[in-house]
Amino acid sequence: MNRDPARSFQDMILTLHDFWSDAGCLILQPYDMRMGAGTFHTATTLRALGPEPWNAAFVQPSRRPTDGRYGENPNRLQHYYQYQVILKPSPPDLQGLYLKSLDAIGIDPLKHDIRFVEDDWESPTLGAWGLGWEVWCDGMEVTQFTYFQQMGGFDCKPVAGELTYGLERLAMYIQGKDNVYELDFNGKGVTYGDVFLENERQMSAWNFEVANTDALFDLFAKAEAECRNCLDAKLPIPAYEQAVEASHLFNLLQARGVISVQERASYMARVRELARGSCEAYMAKESERWARDFDGWTA
Amino acid sequence: MSDFLLELRCEEIPARMQAGARADLEKLFRAEMAAAGVTVGDLTVWSTPRRLALIARDLPEATEAVRDELKGPRANAPEQALEGFLRKTGLTRDQLEERDGVLFAVIEKPGRAVSDVLAQAIPTIAAKFSWPKSMRWGASSISTESLRWVRPLTGIVAILGEDLVEFEIGGVKSSFATVGHRFHCPGAITIGGAHDYADKLRACHVIVDHEERASLIRSGAAAAAAEAGLTLVEDEGLVIENAGLTEWPTSLLGRFDEAFLEVPPEVIQLTARVNQKYFVCQDASGKLANAFICTANIAASDGGAAIVDGNRKVLAARLSDARFFWEQDRKTPLAEQAKKLSRITFHEKLGTVADKVERVAKLARWLAEEGIVPGADPDLAEQAARLAKADLVTEMVGEFPELQGLMGGYYARAEGLPDAVADAVRDHYKPVGQGDEVPTAPVTVAVSLADKLDNLRSFFSIDEKPTGSKDPFALRRAALGIIRLITENGLRMSAGQGDLLDFFADRLKVQQREAGVRHDLIDAVFALGGEDDLVRLLARVKALQSFVGTEDGANLLAGYKRAANILKKEEWQGGGTAKELSYAPEPAEKALIDALAAAGPKAEAAVAAEDFEVAMAALATLRAPIDTFFDEVTVNDPDQAKRTARLDLLASFRAAVHKVADFSRIEG
Repeated sequence: MNRDPARSFQDMILTLHDFWSDAGCLILQPYDMRMGAGTFHTATTLRALGPEPWNAAFVQPSRRPTDGRYGENPNRLQHYYQYQVILKPSPPDLQGLYLKSLDAIGIDPLKHDIRFVEDDWESPTLGAWGLGWEVWCDGMEVTQFTYFQQMGGFDCKPVAGELTYGLERLAMYIQGKDNVYELDFNGKGVTYGDVFLENERQMSAWNFEVANTDALFDLFAKAEAECRNCLDAKLPIPAYEQAVEASHLFNLLQARGVISVQERASYMARVRELARGSCEAYMAKESERWARDFDGWTA
Repeated sequence: MSDFLLELRCEEIPARMQAGARADLEKLFRAEMAAAGVTVGDLTVWSTPRRLALIARDLPEATEAVRDELKGPRANAPEQALEGFLRKTGLTRDQLEERDGVLFAVIEKPGRAVSDVLAQAIPTIAAKFSWPKSMRWGASSISTESLRWVRPLTGIVAILGEDLVEFEIGGVKSSFATVGHRFHCPGAITIGGAHDYADKLRACHVIVDHEERASLIRSGAAAAAAEAGLTLVEDEGLVIENAGLTEWPTSLLGRFDEAFLEVPPEVIQLTARVNQKYFVCQDASGKLANAFICTANIAASDGGAAIVDGNRKVLAARLSDARFFWEQDRKTPLAEQAKKLSRITFHEKLGTVADKVERVAKLARWLAEEGIVPGADPDLAEQAARLAKADLVTEMVGEFPELQGLMGGYYARAEGLPDAVADAVRDHYKPVGQGDEVPTAPVTVAVSLADKLDNLRSFFSIDEKPTGSKDPFALRRAALGIIRLITENGLRMSAGQGDLLDFFADRLKVQQREAGVRHDLIDAVFALGGEDDLVRLLARVKALQSFVGTEDGANLLAGYKRAANILKKEEWQGGGTAKELSYAPEPAEKALIDALAAAGPKAEAAVAAEDFEVAMAALATLRAPIDTFFDEVTVNDPDQAKRTARLDLLASFRAAVHKVADFSRIEG
């Protein structure tokens, strides 16, 4: 197979898959739910908890309703792709490994200025934070690099390293395109715009203008209730799915401009409570086994 | 004597934390060495994004042997006393020395090899290190007790003279090996010691001295600008930040599309600086040029062409956003934007920002109408106040909160509002800091004053006053701003009553003290009480300051103190009003009575007319009579009538002086 990451979007993704597969990662598929970032994938959030080693890489479609620009902004999308790598425990010289992956997709560090610039990551809705950097390539942020310290309010023991590549940005960079819609998708003439431009137009219109806000508020309440139902039944994974659902509904309500500044914090706290409860239930279910199987680990 | 080299390597240290880390390393090293008895002379501490380095010159080979002697009980003391002493010293009876019937414990501490001291001290320093934020990592983080560092610790070099100082921190062993530049020289480098450390790193594209990198960035950026026929806009904060982000700084100049220059220059500069850490340049006429200077961390194989091109694109995307905001925001008049302020909570107990604007608009209008701010048109003041906060809901200020006010000014001008209104919208937050200029344009003064007065009154009304170091609503700064607006523009108004006036008084004292005015003189005027007019108050302080500097003033003060002491000693409550004397006064007594009769009303009238120099001059005429009075007249005359009259006279004198200032507060 002949990969040329500079030729097409999909070749770049496949190159990253090859690279991280060789590095010992499971290559997973996207989570089949609407979510704001790859971090929401259970392979990141829930798997960051507990002592079991976990190395995985996957593409996650990410939805940010408020970033929609009706397909008219060459850099902003309400739907885009993140490439996620999660390595637990964080391996020695994770930076070195990451830089090799850039090399694999054709970024020469003696020609391009690669920098690790402080950027501590925090997700108020997941009750999570970590320290790390945004990685700059010639002044452009191409990756978020984080050592998770807490998830769902729990200390990460051990710490996982998380890499989040912005795929469209990297591809624009590598292909030398100024407009995301002009990206070569397959190396055979299909562009990113052919695949997604109409999607951006319609979804922007729905996110900003059409979505029925009464229904969204209703769905939010239902997701919240269902999460609690699952927690009562001691089913943390379905509970967590409802937290993810509530989080996205909240983002949609934000895009519709119907959540006031004061209400915003309270909605975020409600989502955080669901995520935290799910993480807590996940820990509770596994803690006994983990403590038995992993020396030095305590809940 | 040997030099000691320590290098602690880790993944990229945030630029903003490096200065603190250097100071911490030096402080902890000195403390640990002092505790171990190692004399430390010259210390050099360096940092790069990937390492903290310390060189201690001329350390001794070993610490001095120490002999400690502890005096114990007498040899014939009870058994209990001896046992207690043995427990305390950890010795046995036969190890004690007896001298003149007293027991002594002699504890000899042999000298320690300094390399042993260091091997123990450095891990301690690492454990004590206080990073603003620290983290755990790797397999050992299965326990929360694992080493915390700013980012994963990757390597340690510790060489005393030419010998390795062996120790381990969080599983990382000290060695002779370091690494060079991440991309130019990725392999290991062997260091011989402090003597070749910086040079070996330099050969591997690392300038370890942060000061040197800063100066390279300064000169490199200036040279890049000059080469393009431009002048660098200096920015020392950016120099330091870029020095903290690079090991091999290279300044590169790029150009952006000239069309972006239609966006206000402050916006361009802020975007370039905050988001991208770029310097900007000016052309010969002092206008912002379409150029940026980035600081790369490599000597690129293509001379930097690809880097410049990449950075240009990123900046273009940022400026496109800024231009989009600039265009969008101008589509909505500020008056329309201001309506959205009713959606923003100012404070849960104080309503929305729209409510605040309403209060400020009324107050600004009143300040203009009452002539408190002379020359301010009431309509313009109200209009400006109503628009002053509207930019808070614009896209641009949402993106760059630090541009509040400034953007409002641009938008007001763009929609053709009067200059006085646009200027007031732009400058109404001023003065912000101590060095910030104070507005003088009448409409601006009215709005700025009203805005700050409203902050103080509102937060005081809900009992949210600053306490100690806590001042979450920046009320001290607001008070200082008001004081400066009032005093520098000579505004005549009441600063407030009760708590609020006391708060102003405190801020004014602090401000005047910092301006070099004697605090006792301020106290002397404040002690009179009831003064809420800051301009009058300061005029009085100023006159007092020059008066007590004169000979007359100093002597009058001495006479005042003498009189006050006598009155205090006698606990004299009476007096103040002149009474018919039942005896013939002595000449000096008569002279003082006459002088008081003349000076008292004169001083009082001058104070009422706010001519404090004249009031002081009136007091000055009392100096000679009071001096002579004390020289020639006995206050405590056996004749009770005389004694009473003379004490009354002194009380009158004190009262006359107090009309001008409370001289008891004045030192000296």
